[in-house]
This record gives sequence, C-alpha cells and structure tokens, in this order.
Amino acid sequence: MTQTIDTNTVKHVAHLVRLGISEEEAQKFSGQFSSIIDYFNMLNEVDTENVPPASDITNNTNVLREDVAKPSMSREEFLNNAPQSERGYVKVPTVLGEE
Amino acid sequence: MLFSANSASLRQKTMQLHNLTIREASEMLATKKISSVELTQATLQRAHEIDPKIKSYVTITDDVALEQAKQADERIAKGENVTPLTGIPFAAKDCISTRNIRTTCSSKILEEYVPQYNATVINKLADAGAVLMGKNNMDEFGMGSSCENSAFFNTHNPWDLERVPGGSSGGSAAAISASLCSFSLGEDTGGSVRMPAGFCNVTGIKPTYGRVSRYGLISLVSSFDCIGPMTRDVYDCATVLETIAGHDERDSTTFNSPVPQYDQNLNKSVKGMTIGIPKEYFVSGMEAGVESSIQEAIRTYEKLGMKIQEVSLPNTQYALPVYYLLLFAEASSNLARFDGTRFGLSVSENAKDVIDIYLQTRHEGFGDEVKRRIMLGAYALSAGYYDAYYLKAQKVRTLLRRDFETALASCDILLAPTCPTTAFKLGEKTNDPLEMYLSDIYVVATNPAGVPALALPCGFSNNMPVGMQLIGKHLDEQTLFRVGHAYQQVTDWHKQSPNL
Repeated sequence: MTQTIDTNTVKHVAHLVRLGISEEEAQKFSGQFSSIIDYFNMLNEVDTENVPPASDITNNTNVLREDVAKPSMSREEFLNNAPQSERGYVKVPTVLGEE
Repeated sequence: MLFSANSASLRQKTMQLHNLTIREASEMLATKKISSVELTQATLQRAHEIDPKIKSYVTITDDVALEQAKQADERIAKGENVTPLTGIPFAAKDCISTRNIRTTCSSKILEEYVPQYNATVINKLADAGAVLMGKNNMDEFGMGSSCENSAFFNTHNPWDLERVPGGSSGGSAAAISASLCSFSLGEDTGGSVRMPAGFCNVTGIKPTYGRVSRYGLISLVSSFDCIGPMTRDVYDCATVLETIAGHDERDSTTFNSPVPQYDQNLNKSVKGMTIGIPKEYFVSGMEAGVESSIQEAIRTYEKLGMKIQEVSLPNTQYALPVYYLLLFAEASSNLARFDGTRFGLSVSENAKDVIDIYLQTRHEGFGDEVKRRIMLGAYALSAGYYDAYYLKAQKVRTLLRRDFETALASCDILLAPTCPTTAFKLGEKTNDPLEMYLSDIYVVATNPAGVPALALPCGFSNNMPVGMQLIGKHLDEQTLFRVGHAYQQVTDWHKQSPNL
C-alpha cells in the first residue's frame, strides 16, 4: 500500500482544509508526506480482526443536564474579537459565490 | 551596623524566594514571614532578569500578578479562604484561556487574540488565591517536541542554553526549572508535560483523561488533551492537581467521582508494592546515561522494599503511528475554527468570497508543522483512506489500552524513561519531522489509553537532566504521588537547579 503523495494530492488536501498553498510548499510537503505516511503503514502488520475501534476512553455515555437558560457571554462582548461586524452580526464577504 | 545586617538578611531572603517550593512558600506566607506581594515581586523581578536568555514567557502579567498578590495578602491577613496556593505565583501554557490576557498558542493566527473568558482551571486557581504571572511559550498549538515550532521564538533549556527545553510545554518546564514561577500549568497531549519535565529536571503529571476540565483549553486532540501541573517536587504537584481536578459541567468528559486528598497517603510506605518494567521500553537506541539513571532508580525502589517485575506492553511499537494518525485527524478538524471570521488573525485583502479569507488567513497564520498535520489529517480521513488509517488506528488504540490494563493488573505502577535521550541541540531535528516525532516514543502511548503518568527527575547524563515516568491505573494518581514522593525522600535530583 506504499503510495507517493504527489503535489496534486497535496494541493487537493490543502484545499480540503482551506489552506492556501504555494507551488514550492506543495513540493516540499509532498516528499515529507510520503515518508510519514509510509511510516504509518506499519499498522498494517497488526491483526485487528474482532477488535472494536476505541471511541471513548472514559466510559461516560449520554451526559445530560437540565435544559435551563443561563446568562452567557453578551453579543457585544463576543463581537469584540470578530474582525468585522455589523448590526450585531459577524460580517464576511459573499458566502454563496458563483463557483 | 544593625541597618546593614537587616538589609543583608532582606537581600538573602529575597534571593531565595524564587527557589521555594509551594509548601515552603505557603508556610512562610501563613506565618507572615513573607507576603505574597514580596514573593510575587521577587519572582517577577527574576523573570525580567533571567527570562531574556531563557525565553520561557510569551507574556508576563506584572499588573495582574501584583493585584492578585495584594488580594491574596488580604485573604491571609483576614484568615479567610486560605488554601495552600493562596499567594503563590504561577504561569500557564499559552493554550489555556485567560480572560483579558492574550492567549496565543504561540501561533501567528492567535497573536493578538484576547479571550473573553477563563479556562476552568484558571478560575479554580483564582478561587484558591493563586497569582497569575504570565503565559508560557510552546510549540504552535502543541505541535512539537522542542518548542522550536513556536511562531515567536525558541525557548532555551536552562541547563544548557544551546539545547531545547523539550515540548510542547517547553516554556512551562523551563520557567519552573529556572525558578521563574512557583509552579506552572502544562498540557499533555502525547507527552507534552512529561518530556519537557524530563529535559528540564522538573516534576509534572499527565492526569487521567477526564480528571481535569478542558473547558477553555484550546483543543489540539480532544480525546487526548490533559492539563497537568509542573512543579519542583511531587508534593507540590499533588497540591496543584487537587486544586484543578474535578467535575465540570462545561466539559462532559470530566469524571463525576470525588477528587481524593492527594497528600493523604503521600507518606505511606511503598514496601511490598510492585513496579512493572515494560520490557519493550528498554531496547536499543537509548542513551547510555539515560539507561543507567533509570536502572539506578529501579535499584532505589528495590531498596525501599518494592518488588520489581518485568511486564510486557506488546503493541508499544505501534503507539507512535496510532498517536500521530489520530492527532492529525482530530487536529485537522479542531483547527477548522481558525477561519479569520470570528476571532484571531484575518487576512481579507482582495478576498472575493469567504473561502478566500479562509485560504489566506490560514496560509499566513499557521506554521509549517501545523500545515503538515492538518493536511495529513484530512488525507487520513478522506474517502478511500479512512478505513486504512483512521479506523485502523482507532482499533490499535483499543489494543494499546488493553496492554496497559493487562500489565497494570499484575503490578501497582509501571516505570519507564520519559525520553531515549537527554535534551538535544536547537536545530538538531528541525529538518526531519519524522525524526522529531521519534523523540516522543516513550510518552505517547499513555494518551490514547487515557492512563495517568507522573514524570520526575532521576539523574544526569553528560550534565543534562534525565527523567523517568511512573504510569498508573485509571484515576489512581494517588499511587503515583505516593511512589514518586517516596523516591524524592531518598534522592535529591529534583533539588538540583541550573546555574544561571
């Protein structure tokens, strides 16, 4: 299952995680990714037949509480950290583009 | 004559203040030999003097610290709500949110970020009367083993300024080691408290997952992350953990069970208890001086009447790939929140739509290691690879957890080194990410399994500190403290401090 991760794949995953990437970066990461992924392939040696995947390590399930409204951060305070806001909302450019 | 004698004794007192353990300082505060303002001023002064060469702090909060110290002195004067941490100055890793104090994760993307709320641990320490004196440097978002991935600057190991302090809580470890605070809060996702503790000669614990609230901790791997104290000795570590541990309705993964009084059994004999030595941890590649220090520690425990037994953790070699795969996957999802629209850095020049803001902000705001990890995470989670990587790693994680359960069924604790080597040189491993990952080989397995582990100093190799870790059963921090404390009663490695 050894695979090289070419620059196109790197650019593809970069776009999946919404990360701008230059051609030089794509090339640099491509080489590094191949050796790291190759190292991960050692997990193929392990027999995991009938082994359930770990999902939770605390054995807590369905932690519930009463659904009671409590004071929380004010809208004004929350918006202090927003780069742009207007009329009590976070402001961003077009979300639904022509793409 | 009288005057000069007084000023000499005052100077002597001031010079020693920064070296006090929490317990010593607390006694002096209670008996009014010193005030918290004096202690805090002395520690701040030392931090301003010494830290320019260590660089353990991203932010030093003089005003907040002195105000809190004044309040602590009032509490002590009135005798109201005085706890063992009242008036004690501490620092926190810069991924722990502090209200109105910049919290950066040592990342450009959060360089100017000022949280509107405190992490639960910060609130608990404030309630106890502890004094916040600053925020510590770290690898960006906790991604690294040397602090060299900080977007701001490198932190230097106080024992040799040309070497790394370890990571990712390198600033928190160096600050304690150089006596620039009385205790610090680190965070351990896969060794990030224990590995730097070992490199810098300090004591630190990764508690059981769920023992300490993660509310307000900026997440790296939500199913691994554990906040843990870093201190001068085991006694102090127990004191701080007792204060910060416990259930939090804001973190549904915290345990509802009561927090024990960790100092209660501290002085009980360890005679007759059993230490397991995982044979897989003693293979080639360990520095000779590290191995001999660990063997010496085992002999010390033998002399204390403990039984030594070899145990096996058969899946040890797979811990590192499991850890990193799951880290990449969870981090890639956790770090999606840094999108340049709600908080933090925002790069929106010529952005034609919101996607452009995401792309530009994240390109400029994240360092290389963060980029590598979130891309590899997306890769491991993507269609066609999910079963082979993410799901496979979660299955092997089950096996890792069973390994610890089986091994700890036949003994009270496990003992292992924290790192195969002592602190390496700055720049030595920065060009090879995989080589850097390998330095975490002894500390990563505990986090996927959730078990607690206490790191403590156990010797020196080529004049650099060596650390060992005691690994315990779920929620059994008490045994770790008892066994760690017993060791520190008959050794003085933890009392050694660097010449600065």
